[in-house]
Amino acid sequence: MNQSALDPHGPVARTILDLGWVLFSVTVVVYVLVLAGLAWALLRQRRESDRTPAADRRFTSIVAALTGVTTLTLVGLVAVSEVSGRALAVPHAIRPVAVDVVGHQWWWEFRYRDENDPSKLVTSPNELHIPVGVPIVMRAMSQDVIHSFWVPNLTGKRDLIPGQVTTTWMQADTAGIYRGQCAEFCGPSHAKMAFLVVAEPVDKFQSWIQHQREPAGVPTTAPAAQGRDLFLSRQCTLCHAIQGTPAGARLGPDLTHVGSRMTIAAGTLANERDPLDAWVENAPSIKPGVRMPPHMLESSEREAVVAYLRSLQ
Amino acid sequence: MTTRAAIDVAELPDHAFGPRGLIWWGTVGFMVIEGSMFVIAIVVYFYLRLKVHQWPPSLPDPFIGIATANLALVLLSCIPNMLAKRAAERYDAPGARLWLAVLTVIGVVNLVLRGLEYTQLNCRWGDNAYASITWVLLSMHTIHVATDVVDSAVLLALVSLQPVTNRRFVDLSENSLYWYFIVAWWIPIYLIIFLAPRWL
Amino acid sequence: MTDEALHRQLADTWYNPAGLVGRLSIVDHKVIARRYIVTAFTFFSIAGVLAALMRLQLAFPDNHFLTADQYNQFFTVHGTAMMFLFAVPVMEAMGVYLVPIMIGTRAIAFPRLNAYSYYVYLFGGVMLFTALFVNSGPDVGWFSYVPLAGPDFGPGKRPDFWAQLITFTEVAGLAVAVELAATILKTRAPGMTVSRIPLFVWAMLVMAFMVIFAMPSVVLSSTFLLLDRLVGTQFYNPAEGGDALLWQHLFWFFGHPEVYIIFVPALGMVSSIIATFTGRPIFGYPAMVSSLVATGFIGFGLWVHHMFATGLPQLGLTYFTAASMIISIPSGVQIFCWIVSLWRGQPRYATPLLFVLGFVAIFVLGGLTGVTLASTPFDLQVHDTYYVVAHFHYVLLGGAVFPLIGGVYFWFPKMTGRMLDERLGKWNFWIFFIGFNTTFFPQHLLGLHGMPRRVYTYPASSGWGTLNLISTAGAMLLAMGGLLLLFNVLRSVRRGAVAPADPWGGEGLEWTVPSPPPAYNFLHVPVVEGRSGNWDRRGNEAPPVVTGIKADCREVLITTVTAAEADHKTIYPDPSIWPFLCSVVTSAFFIGSIFTPWALPVAIPPLAITLIGWFWPKRSDRSTQCDLANNRLEPLRGEA
Repeated sequence: MNQSALDPHGPVARTILDLGWVLFSVTVVVYVLVLAGLAWALLRQRRESDRTPAADRRFTSIVAALTGVTTLTLVGLVAVSEVSGRALAVPHAIRPVAVDVVGHQWWWEFRYRDENDPSKLVTSPNELHIPVGVPIVMRAMSQDVIHSFWVPNLTGKRDLIPGQVTTTWMQADTAGIYRGQCAEFCGPSHAKMAFLVVAEPVDKFQSWIQHQREPAGVPTTAPAAQGRDLFLSRQCTLCHAIQGTPAGARLGPDLTHVGSRMTIAAGTLANERDPLDAWVENAPSIKPGVRMPPHMLESSEREAVVAYLRSLQ
Repeated sequence: MTTRAAIDVAELPDHAFGPRGLIWWGTVGFMVIEGSMFVIAIVVYFYLRLKVHQWPPSLPDPFIGIATANLALVLLSCIPNMLAKRAAERYDAPGARLWLAVLTVIGVVNLVLRGLEYTQLNCRWGDNAYASITWVLLSMHTIHVATDVVDSAVLLALVSLQPVTNRRFVDLSENSLYWYFIVAWWIPIYLIIFLAPRWL
Repeated sequence: MTDEALHRQLADTWYNPAGLVGRLSIVDHKVIARRYIVTAFTFFSIAGVLAALMRLQLAFPDNHFLTADQYNQFFTVHGTAMMFLFAVPVMEAMGVYLVPIMIGTRAIAFPRLNAYSYYVYLFGGVMLFTALFVNSGPDVGWFSYVPLAGPDFGPGKRPDFWAQLITFTEVAGLAVAVELAATILKTRAPGMTVSRIPLFVWAMLVMAFMVIFAMPSVVLSSTFLLLDRLVGTQFYNPAEGGDALLWQHLFWFFGHPEVYIIFVPALGMVSSIIATFTGRPIFGYPAMVSSLVATGFIGFGLWVHHMFATGLPQLGLTYFTAASMIISIPSGVQIFCWIVSLWRGQPRYATPLLFVLGFVAIFVLGGLTGVTLASTPFDLQVHDTYYVVAHFHYVLLGGAVFPLIGGVYFWFPKMTGRMLDERLGKWNFWIFFIGFNTTFFPQHLLGLHGMPRRVYTYPASSGWGTLNLISTAGAMLLAMGGLLLLFNVLRSVRRGAVAPADPWGGEGLEWTVPSPPPAYNFLHVPVVEGRSGNWDRRGNEAPPVVTGIKADCREVLITTVTAAEADHKTIYPDPSIWPFLCSVVTSAFFIGSIFTPWALPVAIPPLAITLIGWFWPKRSDRSTQCDLANNRLEPLRGEA
């Protein structure tokens, strides 16, 4: 099940689910016992011996014993929780992949840094590719308000807080596409701030990263060329960057390889011609509060721009 | 319904000073509330201190001259305050009036000096978080000083224009208690706002 | 003096004025409390309608019943109104009504302050809902995180209405807390030693202390927010040395005790109801009292469990996990003692007891999911999801609202002189119980399946549609239960069976006075000889009372804190219009300061005038005359 904590595909989510089963079992047992005790108390035959001081003393011992059992159970749960917490420390055996997660209203910026060569920085909006079986160590920050990074199949949440850097990690043990979603209310389009984690074999991941480092392809069709010219001469460049062209603004998502992604608008729409056209035409009607102005292009101009964007593989 | 007269309270007094009386508990209740606010504001001050390297951040330290003089004056005011409280508790109306008047005048001077203290802070509330907490902490206390001075003035008018009942003597005593509360908080707030920037 | 003559004189002394100005001058705790309760349930109903609308929006994926903006305002105002305008005020109000009668006194301490607090509360609520109806309702959640609520991201005045609502409700709440604490500590009937205080009254005392220590934190945090937005302070701006997490610490330091402030009075109600409907005092009085006090204390040490995802250091988190689990121990002790009480008593299944049994079933489940949430790793998956929404509705509705409604059925006869319909009551219970579980149980699963909180819609591909539809159906059932309760109340107020002083065979002193009680509560102030004020009188032909309290003055007996020995007497104030006038000025000041800092200097003169009017003794007031007549300057007891 996608986006479900009950379907773990990595060690962090699996450890947490195991812990969850322990908590659940204890919860169920306690609940059943309490209700059973209540039912017994209500349904039993009343006896005169209930009203003696001896009975009161017996009740006191019973309550004391139950309190003791409760305390021990809770201490046990604290211990179990602690043990699970320790198991969630970042593993040191394998060299991790480092990713910066930057939250924006209402999209995700994933940045892959290369410690040796800053020019090899890769930025991938809303789609986080990771190699299977390798820990991904993430530093998380926000450009505006508090967001929260959460992909239930792989890991628990980590808040993105402006003014500080938080850290977390995850790992996928099976290849697949896992949906994540912002988990801290961040404004009108909070409900539409999702992302995809694409876990793939290491070599596929390496070639993906390699490809992401390349600048945008030159358009090969006339409509796409016209689209590029329109893109570069209109308001688009005020917010969006396309590597290899003069467009370098960082307010909105980087569009260098936008055509290669599975979704647009942070997981809201399929990356196909009609949804993309609707998005460019009137983004705020799809994601309330989005700052991309509507109605910037004529219908034919939009067709060309969409063709250009789709060509940016 | 028949009842049995078990306790007769006709001869009990009609007022009581200190924790025997109800007003004391109301006063102390509000002191605990306001005191909690001061404690939390002071915790915020130190919390914000931990967030930056330099304190005050990019601002000069406050000047301490006027604030120190004001603190000295307010500590001295404990004497007329104590005399006012004692006069009230021995039902000495003229004495209570006199010392309450002295206290009120001192309070007005305190307020004027406090107004000048703001100019000595060397910052404006919007400069940064340090400036914000400094202004707010000082202002929280200033509001208490101001309300107590007005309170004392009104009480003074009341005991000058109307007969002083037992109940009023209790009010006078509790008024002095509240002034002690204000003086007590004056000290840590002075230390934190005017001296801590030099030390931290 | 005959009882009849005494009644006439007391009624005359403790009169409640009529007419418009008169009714705004009333200081009778019972009248003020009834207003509080009616107002709180009105706000509850509006907030409930908002919830129903939200559930309709969520019934189907990609629904367009509400816009995102409407939804965000609705979930914010729903939560804000439920927590600040319903839950705390209604619990305080039950205390304001019942505590003085349960402890054998004629009035609540500081009666004019009590009246003032009600009007401030009312104006605050009106402000919030007016803001919503003019499309300026707050829209950043009931705990209003910064920077989203700050000056950079929340344009307009929406978060300011939220922050100022806090000010209104905290002023009212703190005032009532001080009154309750002073009343309970100093005005109990003679003989009501600390170990004879009813459990409900203990609960109110613990709640009052919690309010006093918790609310200052949110007053400060919301004031900082208002200042950041209005005059440019930098408390929450990381660029200028401020901190976004500062808000969370300050809010939750209040916010966690807040839920216990709501919950602890309900525990008191449960004790009253179980005792009455089993015919025996609650088992384990010392353990019950210790549990209430322990809950109050420990509740202050949990707040960081709302912040497990923010990346705080691990060692601190371990402490908060442990504390968050430990707090269930005192609650567990109470549940055990109640089960023993039911075991050894003879249960009578009237509606109040049904709601208490519903409380056990629902609250215990909510408490257990709370224990799971206390575990940091597990919390990191379910935090900010519908799992948490399910949890807190289980503990709040189960732990507070079910006992409250049981309390309504229980004390309605006392407050109105009429019985609520029992058959409707049973229907009411079952519809609520089934409706509640249908609404909220599926939400645990939704959270585990990845549905975050505060989303106005969700895609069809998520697979969340079925559970959401079931939840919405449950909400509609819950709404019907609410309407049924309203119908029962409205019908019974006029045509319900007339209630005697003691329709249930109740345990406490409140069942020894007429239904409804006269303005002066007790014809004769009782002398207390045990824990069960009403039952202790059984077989006693002539219960002991206090004599020597004036009937022609609003004279109240003040007793000592622990042993409740008669100490002295004091005169309570007459009705007055000044608290109302002061509340109008206060409210105008609070609302004005949303828009301009000049509201403060402008407000000071009228505030001063209304406060002076409030406290300046009027010659025509009977209490002034009584004070003057007392002016004998006698020495205090114990002195020569």
